[in-house]
Amino acid sequence: MRVVLAEDLFLLRDGLVRMLEAFDFEIAAAVETGPELSKALAELDPDVAVVDVRLPPSHTDEGLQCALAARRARPGLPVLVLSQHVEQLYARELLADGNGGVGYLLKDRVFDAEQFIDAVRRVAAGGTAMDPTVIQQLLSRRAADQPLGALTPREREVLELMAQGRSNAAIASQLVVTERAIAKHTSNIFAKLGLPVSDDDNRRVLAVLAYLDQGR
Amino acid sequence: MKTSRVREALLSGARGLYLAVATLAGSITLFVLSVVSIVLIPLGIGVFTTPVVLQMVRSYANARRSQAEAWTGIRIPSPYGRRPGGGQGGVVGQVARCTRLLKDAATWRDLQWLLVDMTAGFIVVIFAPALVLYPVYGWVLALGVWEPIYHAGGGEWYGFIHVDSQTAANGAAVLGTALGVLALFLNPSFVRGHFLLARTLLAPTAAMRERQLAQRVDRLEETRHDAVDSSAAELRRIERDLHDGAQARLVAMGMDLGTIEALVEKDPAKAKQMIAKARQNSGEALTELRDLVRGIHPPVLAERGLGDAVKALALRLPVPTDVDVELAGRAGEPVEAAAYFAVSETLTNAVKYANAERIWVDVHHAEGMLRIAVTDNGRGGAVIGAGSGLSGIERRLGTFDGVLAVSSPVGGPTMVTMEIPCELS
Repeated sequence: MRVVLAEDLFLLRDGLVRMLEAFDFEIAAAVETGPELSKALAELDPDVAVVDVRLPPSHTDEGLQCALAARRARPGLPVLVLSQHVEQLYARELLADGNGGVGYLLKDRVFDAEQFIDAVRRVAAGGTAMDPTVIQQLLSRRAADQPLGALTPREREVLELMAQGRSNAAIASQLVVTERAIAKHTSNIFAKLGLPVSDDDNRRVLAVLAYLDQGR
Repeated sequence: MKTSRVREALLSGARGLYLAVATLAGSITLFVLSVVSIVLIPLGIGVFTTPVVLQMVRSYANARRSQAEAWTGIRIPSPYGRRPGGGQGGVVGQVARCTRLLKDAATWRDLQWLLVDMTAGFIVVIFAPALVLYPVYGWVLALGVWEPIYHAGGGEWYGFIHVDSQTAANGAAVLGTALGVLALFLNPSFVRGHFLLARTLLAPTAAMRERQLAQRVDRLEETRHDAVDSSAAELRRIERDLHDGAQARLVAMGMDLGTIEALVEKDPAKAKQMIAKARQNSGEALTELRDLVRGIHPPVLAERGLGDAVKALALRLPVPTDVDVELAGRAGEPVEAAAYFAVSETLTNAVKYANAERIWVDVHHAEGMLRIAVTDNGRGGAVIGAGSGLSGIERRLGTFDGVLAVSSPVGGPTMVTMEIPCELS
């Protein structure tokens, strides 16, 4: 799988390259500025891009803007955005086109190599990887709202993991229950929230995220 | 070229008419009210009416000042000092307000101006509409209207012409046309002249400017003091947060790593446990640093500017918040930061104390002012002062010559408005 990586800090870029290579990714390019990233995304046609939000030369949200522009040029281009801080505002912009293949994670998440690599793979496959912090913010803000308040604690847990973009199998292994049990929870959650049931994992995640983000 | 001159003359005529009516209706009324009110001060009633009337005079004079700038480009600076906010309520406060106004030289110059405005100001400016309307009257006479007037016994005079025949009426039309041509050249000057006359009394004198400057120096000294104080306090807080937070966690991590080194061969299971702990510590250190950074300079502010930073802030609140931003560019970084933290503090207040269910934030820039309004439907009753967060915000904005106003009747709604003079780039 070919990756374009954009990160301006040498230590982190180097670490990410080594980690991705250790998990059999091919580094198509590892760049450090916004213009280089735009060029790499346009010319190298990677399977997935891992991008730091803040890049030189402007040191603003240049990485995010490059990623969004590249996705406008090639809808669904899988992009995993990394940042020192996560903002719902940015998450919303990444999800806005409804195409999936989007990830938005705190840089801390790279500490857990397996989880991080899992997120990269999920995004590359057109799935979603949202940082738990984003999901917790969304949930805590609407904790008391009906029908979210009607969920059992277990269902909330499942909803939280589902919104992060995890598959039923991944949720089952994390919560140490069977996949069947998770499937039952998810159908309960969808019934309670009044969302249409879908077998497509990606569509399911986007529906849940859209549901959580509405009303603002 | 020709049409623009005609338009200019007609426009000046209309403005002159407006000013003439204003000088008669407004200036005379306000002058009479002011005099009556001041005369009634010994009786007590005047103490209550005078501040109101004089304030009206000031608004009226300010309206004329801005008209001068808008219509003729003549800038008339305002001589009034900064109104100290609050003050005492009740009779004592009223007497103090009244005395302050009466001691202010600007007040007496305003009253002089009212007198000049209703006399000389009126006379100068009435020429403009007269030179437009009088020619029309001349033509109307020439078109035959002179006849019924003459037969009704009116010995009508048009200027120096006694209109008693068609020939004389034609003469009136010719004279009117000449006056109309005169209007083309002179009309704008009448309006200008009116404002130049107003400027002699409405602009601050040298002594007043000096006093204004002195006040300004006092104010700058005060705000600089506040700024230095609060930035020192900020630095102390950051130092303490780093010392007790991230720094302490890194020390703990280093210690854990040392222990792990010793344990890794003897007791691998225990070592693994400690590695997990060290990782958790590093994660928490990062979280603390992130929160600290947010408090120093929020990342979204650096990346996107004030508008999006406020939007991102609103998304973090537990209360539904509508944000409306109209900014054509970015303000300077210090202004953006001050505005951001002022909004942040105001929103925190609204959530914490006001029990608001909904908040509206409006950010826009007009006429060299960044204006921010935060409105909530909470329980109201917020006041500036008495150690409230609001006076902290006021001090913070003061460094940038910004002002804060709070309207918060008990029972709500609360509306906090902030204004900071700045340019966008």
